[in-house]
Amino acid sequence: MSSSPLLSVKNLSIRFETDEGNVDAVKNVSFDLQAGETLAIVGESGSGKSVTSLALTRLLPEPPAKYVSGTILLKDQDVLTMAPSNLRKIRGGEIAYIFQEPSTSLNPVFTIRNQIAEAIRLHRPEVKDIDAEVISTLNAVGIVNPEQRLHDYPHQLSGGMQQRVMIAMALSCHPQILVADEPTTALDVTIQAQIMEELRQLRQKFGTAIILITHNFGIVKGFADRVAVMYRGQIVEHGPTEQILQSPQHPYTKALIACIPKMGTKQRRLLTIDHDEIDKALAG
Amino acid sequence: MIPIILGVMVITFVLFYMLQKPETMARHILGPKASPQAVENWIKLRGYDKPVFINTQTGHHWYDSQFCTYIVSLATFNLGVSDTTGQPVIDRFKEGAIPSLTITVPAFFLGLALALSISLFFVYVRETSIDFAGTIFAVALMSIPVMVYVIFGQWLLAVHFKYFPAYGFSLDGAGIVRFLALPVMILIFGGLGSDIRMYRAIFLEEIRNDYVRTAYAKGLSSGAVLLCHVLKNGMINIITLTVSALPMLILGSLVLETFFGIPGLGNMALDAIHTSDFAVIRATTYIGTLLYLFGLLLTDLCYAWVDPRIKLQ
Amino acid sequence: MTPLTQNILVFAFIGIFILIVTLFVRSPRWARPLSRFSRSYSGWIALTIVVIYLVIATSNLILTPWAQADGRPMSLLDLAFKNVPKETSYSAPFTKIDFKNRKLLSVHILGTDALGKDVLQQTMKGASTALLIGTLTSLIYIPIGVILGISAGYYKRYLDDIVQYLYSTVASIPGILLLVAIMIVLGKGIPQISFALGITGWIGLCRLLRGETLRQTERQYCEAARALGERDSSIIFRHILPNVMHLVMINFVLGFSGIILAEAILSYIGVGVPIGTASWGAMIDAARMELSREPKVWWNILSATGALFILVLSLNLLGDALRKAFDPKAP
Repeated sequence: MSSSPLLSVKNLSIRFETDEGNVDAVKNVSFDLQAGETLAIVGESGSGKSVTSLALTRLLPEPPAKYVSGTILLKDQDVLTMAPSNLRKIRGGEIAYIFQEPSTSLNPVFTIRNQIAEAIRLHRPEVKDIDAEVISTLNAVGIVNPEQRLHDYPHQLSGGMQQRVMIAMALSCHPQILVADEPTTALDVTIQAQIMEELRQLRQKFGTAIILITHNFGIVKGFADRVAVMYRGQIVEHGPTEQILQSPQHPYTKALIACIPKMGTKQRRLLTIDHDEIDKALAG
Repeated sequence: MIPIILGVMVITFVLFYMLQKPETMARHILGPKASPQAVENWIKLRGYDKPVFINTQTGHHWYDSQFCTYIVSLATFNLGVSDTTGQPVIDRFKEGAIPSLTITVPAFFLGLALALSISLFFVYVRETSIDFAGTIFAVALMSIPVMVYVIFGQWLLAVHFKYFPAYGFSLDGAGIVRFLALPVMILIFGGLGSDIRMYRAIFLEEIRNDYVRTAYAKGLSSGAVLLCHVLKNGMINIITLTVSALPMLILGSLVLETFFGIPGLGNMALDAIHTSDFAVIRATTYIGTLLYLFGLLLTDLCYAWVDPRIKLQ
Repeated sequence: MTPLTQNILVFAFIGIFILIVTLFVRSPRWARPLSRFSRSYSGWIALTIVVIYLVIATSNLILTPWAQADGRPMSLLDLAFKNVPKETSYSAPFTKIDFKNRKLLSVHILGTDALGKDVLQQTMKGASTALLIGTLTSLIYIPIGVILGISAGYYKRYLDDIVQYLYSTVASIPGILLLVAIMIVLGKGIPQISFALGITGWIGLCRLLRGETLRQTERQYCEAARALGERDSSIIFRHILPNVMHLVMINFVLGFSGIILAEAILSYIGVGVPIGTASWGAMIDAARMELSREPKVWWNILSATGALFILVLSLNLLGDALRKAFDPKAP
């Protein structure tokens, strides 16, 4: 372990305050991320993993979100107490995002060139030839003939292509951390594998640290160095990927791993997670 | 489009020809003292004595009826003559359109710009007390009937403070600004409340979309997100609302024009209402409909222009 | 109509209205939205003001056995103003001088108008006219909108085509011109205004309900009900109608404010209520000349505008509060 991690989240708690009552979405979450490392945060929907990832650059709308306690240290600077102008430099510049739905996450009325160029202009004002930079980024994420794609609108691209554009947009500013929030959930299975392969290559090429948010242990295997399992707003298990996959300690982790469909085995039905049983195990 | 125009023709025909006895109309125009002979002549001259839908009398074509004549005359833009002055209605439209446009066009564009910027500001400060107060203010603005703006605006700015002339119209150079400033201002204020409210709702709906989160995640400031991303997407919805205002641009404001003595189409229509000039009211309604339908066509064109997802066929 | 039948009608109507409101307020479907509504201050204030207007308006519709000077029966409102004397001309609020005859008068809180009538009483009577027109209009447009909207959304196909054709045709005639045209043909009068506003006002509601019904019929519970062999009428009345009723209510409240504004504008243009009927629009119309008099007669227009403004504002805020209560995500 190196002395000072790139990103360090300590005791983070987030609450949503609405007229209907308060919801503690994230409770006392702590984790570290080293430069170039890949951390997977695994959990089902509503477990607080997406909220945690958005909180890293304070992207949650406030209100209703409220940061109750904790610190998010990025290179020893606390994101939660940062001035808005510094925060904007970090967003995209240091920590970039890829979201779940590429079709709605891209602005439908701007060309993909405009959307990528906007990010470059913002974080790398020294770049003179923006078009060339956009083309080289699009090339890097595996888009063929990027010159002809520059003036396309998002709706003219397939889902997989749209997600590649999202990745290009995120990487165009050379961030240190890439947060991929369910990057393949909305895509076809064959495209999923391609996108994960793309991320793997880019990680090697740029040395970017990745935080992969997913509900699917299947894509974690062989991709992430470490895994944090979230359940009802808390990290219930945390450790190297191999260790967690081979000997999960927490009943929820066991249930999640059991849900991975295995090739070649005779499985009668898909497994589901029985929350009552987990809660019983936790209490007992 | 064509079926709708036909439908409108039927509605106005039922309204003006079937629900209305020709005698009543003639009495309205000729006065209660007119001789029965004069009334009969008046009716005959305008064809109100013909059968309503189909002419079954021998020696006449089947289409020699009030309804068919009416449809044909509207379709050929033969709008007839004014019941009161005898002047061709189409001439009055040509005369009145320019004065109406000189007021409504500046009011439309200035009002649009003002409402857009104010509503964007409210969205920028959303869920604060400024936004809350602003929303109530917008609702308050739209709870005042337009004639109160007219009466009060004229009294305060023209009569009391004497900033503007209270009455009159001129199309030469300085006169335009002098005479038009007040009516334009009042027209803007009259529509501001509901516009702000509607645009604010549209923009608030828009900022819930995922692409807004992407824009923030890129590092854009709230202002840039609103002005670049949200505004252009919101405009797609706003266009529908604004282009359907086209008939009112040309027809002018019924209440405002008489009050300021502007010789526009609104003034003409109100005159026609007060003198029961059915020919003019009929023509105004019909032309208003055509303009509305033309506005719909224009909306489609604007859509294709703003929204890259829509291609003209 | 005899005074007795009018009173019976008014009370029966109020009774039915309260019954319907109670039924909905107590339905479990509305429990959550209404508890959300009960936390909105602006909603409560607006509701209180609207109820006060309703009480004042109703008091002018309930007739008493006593007779006015012209022989017509006094309403409760007239009875309350029985001891306020009639003047001969304008008098300013709280002053005691008559402009014309320069004699001492009793005090009128909001002054008197050109005919010497008490402006406060006239304004209250205007509330009664406005609410009567609003109620009659709603009784016309809501059934049309609900029936056409839901049947178009539910039965789809040719019925939907017909309804869509109907509303696009009516909507393509500029609203104010169509209203004016109908009023000119039918002549002035409260039933006429209500009819004109009613047969032009159903489009928004119809469009809204058509869309919502389309959405509801695609939901699984509707398919399930159909698969279980429920009849169309029972699906519409037991499943769809209760699910869209809140939209009707919100439309009713917001539409009411639109009707009141439209009535004022029509009366101002001179095709609204007949001369002699108290109406805010007519009062504002009269004030056109009054502002240029010396001394200025400002109380007439101010009372009418103020009364209209407060009611329309309250209705709008009430409608907004209800909409937020039923759809917390609404902007």
